Amino acid sequence: MRFGFNFMLGATLTALVILAGILAPWIAPFDPVLDADLMNSELPPDATFWFGTDGQGRDVYSRILYGAQISLTVGIVSQVINSIIGVTLGMTAGYWGGWWDDLVNGLTNVMLAIPSLIFALAVMAVLGPGLPSLLIALGLTNWSWTCRIARSSTLSLKSQGYVQAAQTLGYGDLRIMFTQILPNMMGPILVMATLGMGSAVLSEAALSFLGLGIQPPFPSWGSMLTDARQLIQMAPWVAVFPGLAIFLSVLGFNLLGDGLRDSLDPHMRTRNP
Amino acid sequence: MTAPLLQVDDLHVRFPIAGGGLLGGRRTLYAVNGISFDLAKGECLSIVGESGCGKSTTALSILGLQEATEGSIRYRGQPFSGAGGPGRMQRARAVQMVFQDPYASLNPRQTVRTSLSAPLRLHGIKSASEISDRIEAMLADVGLTPEQADRYPHEFSGGQRQRIGIARALILEPEIVVLDEPVSALDVSIRAQIINLLLDLQEKRGLSYLMISHDLSVVEHMSDRVLVMFAGQVVEEGGWRQIFETPAHPYTRRLIAAIPDPDVALRRSERSERSADLPMLDGRAFVADGSVAPDVFVRPAPSELVEFAPGHKVRLAAAH
Repeated sequence: MRFGFNFMLGATLTALVILAGILAPWIAPFDPVLDADLMNSELPPDATFWFGTDGQGRDVYSRILYGAQISLTVGIVSQVINSIIGVTLGMTAGYWGGWWDDLVNGLTNVMLAIPSLIFALAVMAVLGPGLPSLLIALGLTNWSWTCRIARSSTLSLKSQGYVQAAQTLGYGDLRIMFTQILPNMMGPILVMATLGMGSAVLSEAALSFLGLGIQPPFPSWGSMLTDARQLIQMAPWVAVFPGLAIFLSVLGFNLLGDGLRDSLDPHMRTRNP
Repeated sequence: MTAPLLQVDDLHVRFPIAGGGLLGGRRTLYAVNGISFDLAKGECLSIVGESGCGKSTTALSILGLQEATEGSIRYRGQPFSGAGGPGRMQRARAVQMVFQDPYASLNPRQTVRTSLSAPLRLHGIKSASEISDRIEAMLADVGLTPEQADRYPHEFSGGQRQRIGIARALILEPEIVVLDEPVSALDVSIRAQIINLLLDLQEKRGLSYLMISHDLSVVEHMSDRVLVMFAGQVVEEGGWRQIFETPAHPYTRRLIAAIPDPDVALRRSERSERSADLPMLDGRAFVADGSVAPDVFVRPAPSELVEFAPGHKVRLAAAH
């Protein structure tokens, strides 16, 4: 496989977020929740508090490391749920057509007509705040584009000679979908999922910012921004660093998605010698 | 004479199409309107005609990819379509297809070996050594080497891909192979190789070919018999010599006149002389001479296929 610069940058940023999340308990200099000291509140970045401290005197750097766990979990789990729902509905709708296609299309249109954040808010309102309901809410929200892409890819792949060949060779519908169609649309689906991870991180931030996501005092990048709102003029670092973390991780997911699409293209794959 | 391998009897395929406008009702597209033919063992029967004449729909019905609206298809005397037809596995061992576009007909994510071994496994061959033996033998038969089995389709040229497509069609050892424009997507320089390969395989394995084509120079090379289709009907049917040397229907003559082959062009004058003295049957008119595009939404006017020489039939308007 050949990797472009963008892919490498995306992979590096994503790897940084993953490492930060996994290693947080060992590399974070302070506890993100318990090491609150009002004497140290709103300190600018220095050698002890690399990213400064927040209103309660907690280390922003440590909180960002722990926040990466939340962002990653939300990004990956919600996109896995989205992709499974979207691909299952879109691929079967495209392949079978008929009333099932009409039904899936109707459902997709309804989902697209509801602003996703509002829908997630509604789900959160029913399920209550917290990480599990956040995952469910975001997992149920953004499958419509994946579904559309899966459906249209299936429609175009269905008329390819190799799908017809599989039909004449006696393959069943499910086998055709999983061996002939799915592998050939993984590119766009993976790109959608990685781009979706970026937007899931943003949605998590937004929901937490609105107080519905991760509950204080546990850190998430979104809830950190909420806390930073009142301090933004006195202690801008409290807002800048979580914001940068969100920006860089979303950028990383997006570049990774683009790079994956390129390297998954079979025309760039060469035979093992 | 033994019973034909495949009998198609009065096959009709119609598609309901949503009409124009928001509230438009449904219209019916008459794709295939009463096709009948027999295919004998070891024979190559070609269906020729322009795009949209129903030749591909006919083939898809035989492959079971398109349901027939009316009529029957029988294979070795057994029903081959509709409710009494075979399951998809049985059908797969009887009829296979070689596709037109060798670039779209191979899964880009599967090696040649996977493309060939998956159908064998699906059809119950479990032994790994038998599978690899059969794949090697098959590849050798189509002129590829065993080392090429582990490559991906994009590593092959168009002609090699078509060889792989042929190998895949033959791996289950079917008796009938539908050839859908088997060489029209290939470079002119390699068409002859593929045609010769197909003819060799036909002889070696006793295959019956049903070829769909608009390329009459290929048809002339390969076919024993030819069906000329227009607007979902057979307008002329005969042995290849009858069709190419004494074409009766004006549409057939126009098709032959359009062959861009200097050889054929030289013989053309000779041909038109011979076709001039055809018996004109009671002054009855030919159906649709092919100069006007057919209206596919109208049920075709009644007509009949009349045999005017042994095995040579032409479609005429119904007698009044």
